[in-house]
Amino acid sequence: MTLKIIVLAKHAADPESEIRVSADGKGVDEKGLVFDINDWDRYAIEEAIRIKEQHGGEVIVVGVGYADDTLRKCLAMGADRAIKIPIDTGMDSYLTAKAVKEAIADEGFDLILTGLMSQDYNNALVGAMLAGMLGIPFSTAVTSISVEDDKIRVVRELEGGYGEENILPLPALLTVQSGINEPRYVSIMGIKRAKTKELKEISVDAGEGMIQVDKVYVPPVEKAELIEGSPDEIAEKLIGILKDRGLI
Amino acid sequence: MMRVFAVAEISSGELDPVSIELLNLANAIKGDGSAEAVVIGSDISAHAEELSKHADKVWKIEDSSLEHYNPELYVDVLVQLFSKEKPDVVLVANSSRGAEYAPLLAVKLNTPIVTDIVGLDLSNGVKATRYIFQGKLLVDVFVKEAESYVFTVRQGVFKDECSAQGEVVDSGIKPSAKAKREFVRIVEPEAGEVDISQADIVVSVGRGIDDVSNIELAEELAEALGGVVAGSRPVIDSGWLPKDRQVGISGKTVKPKLYLALGISGAFQHIMGMKDSELIIAVNKDPEAPIFGVAQYGIVGDIFEVVPALVEKLREIKG
Repeated sequence: MTLKIIVLAKHAADPESEIRVSADGKGVDEKGLVFDINDWDRYAIEEAIRIKEQHGGEVIVVGVGYADDTLRKCLAMGADRAIKIPIDTGMDSYLTAKAVKEAIADEGFDLILTGLMSQDYNNALVGAMLAGMLGIPFSTAVTSISVEDDKIRVVRELEGGYGEENILPLPALLTVQSGINEPRYVSIMGIKRAKTKELKEISVDAGEGMIQVDKVYVPPVEKAELIEGSPDEIAEKLIGILKDRGLI
Repeated sequence: MMRVFAVAEISSGELDPVSIELLNLANAIKGDGSAEAVVIGSDISAHAEELSKHADKVWKIEDSSLEHYNPELYVDVLVQLFSKEKPDVVLVANSSRGAEYAPLLAVKLNTPIVTDIVGLDLSNGVKATRYIFQGKLLVDVFVKEAESYVFTVRQGVFKDECSAQGEVVDSGIKPSAKAKREFVRIVEPEAGEVDISQADIVVSVGRGIDDVSNIELAEELAEALGGVVAGSRPVIDSGWLPKDRQVGISGKTVKPKLYLALGISGAFQHIMGMKDSELIIAVNKDPEAPIFGVAQYGIVGDIFEVVPALVEKLREIKG
């Protein structure tokens, strides 16, 4: 069977870039931030394209807020068309889920895929909340997916290396754990082809949010004792520590 | 009178210790109200007894269909209980299971939810504290005023135990419908050639190792020290090391005599898998990396300069 797959992808700041508190203390300073497709969503779009390649169908990528670069990247990877929802939902996952629900109301779908969480705010809420709002079955932190007629078989990640195998009837929603596949690079041909693909804006009213940021701050931590010097001096000091502890 | 409900975490039929941590938080915030536990499963009387030592009341939801966790069934029975008992606050573990069903519970109860909290202040409105950017920053958020709230709680934070002697109540609640999602089986971890949890010295690499070809550097150091090579999630995701070498909540927990963290920033999920090591030494080029918060010794620098120098000196000693 062919599948119509919706992928939610966020354009998000990389936690490995320079993360500083903004001047008003209620957010993150944009200066120094590097934005890209949310890492977990990169695995989700790759998984959707692979399912399409194997079973046929359509992949529609949906982004909330300023998502143009990420949507174009997904189109270049192989998504068929994109929907942009121009609304700033900040850290409020409820608003994001609600906005997506409204925007895809007329689409119809067999499967929704998204990342387990966003790399910036780490709420891990949008997927499961959207599934709840749509009344469809879901699994989170999925590490393998196989399509079997009108249902899907997945393994979701538990603690300690364990997994849990589930079968879900379609339509369903899955949030994808990182490492599920090896996402492809964007090719020059892909970028060219993406230019002819549809990127549609859908404006929605998501209503009132559930949370409001009071303040953002640096965690107070007791830092490690720092060892400084040239690489040789550092190595010498480390050897001393290891000898004292009887480790060498 | 405030009623705080903590939903116990059952994993492989066992009561997970995080359940008690949920009750510790419940007791800390209940004021003159009550801390009540909910336990869901098929054979849970012993768990209910254990929970009653930390709760004012324990609600049992017992049915053979609840033997295996299922988010739809969990939320089904919890909505039945909560529509009668009207909790002010519901606490759920931020585990692989709790983090999955709690958002659905919030949608069904039409309540706000905040996930993975490390602090909760009810003195002036409802304010929750959580980490963002994988541990780099903290945020306090005010939650919209509502009849009840759902929070998932980070493990290992609320350790101060409270004792109580609560009664155990059989709720008589059963799932009202079959779940659409079907549980098939638990998948066992794959056994590898080396069990990193048994090693005295672990040389662990993270994203900072940059490329699969640099794993060799870690192997040289591990060999010189007589240890094994392990890795954090990004290294395993990239396929640079096998899954059985992963340190963290979803991989293995290690407590070696020496844990050397090379180019690991220190996401919470990693730290929980190595924080009890006897000696932790971290090398990372980012001075703000959270790994320096659990390491005894830290080197802010380039692993590609520090590690070769260390390997050379170790080889000299060995001769």
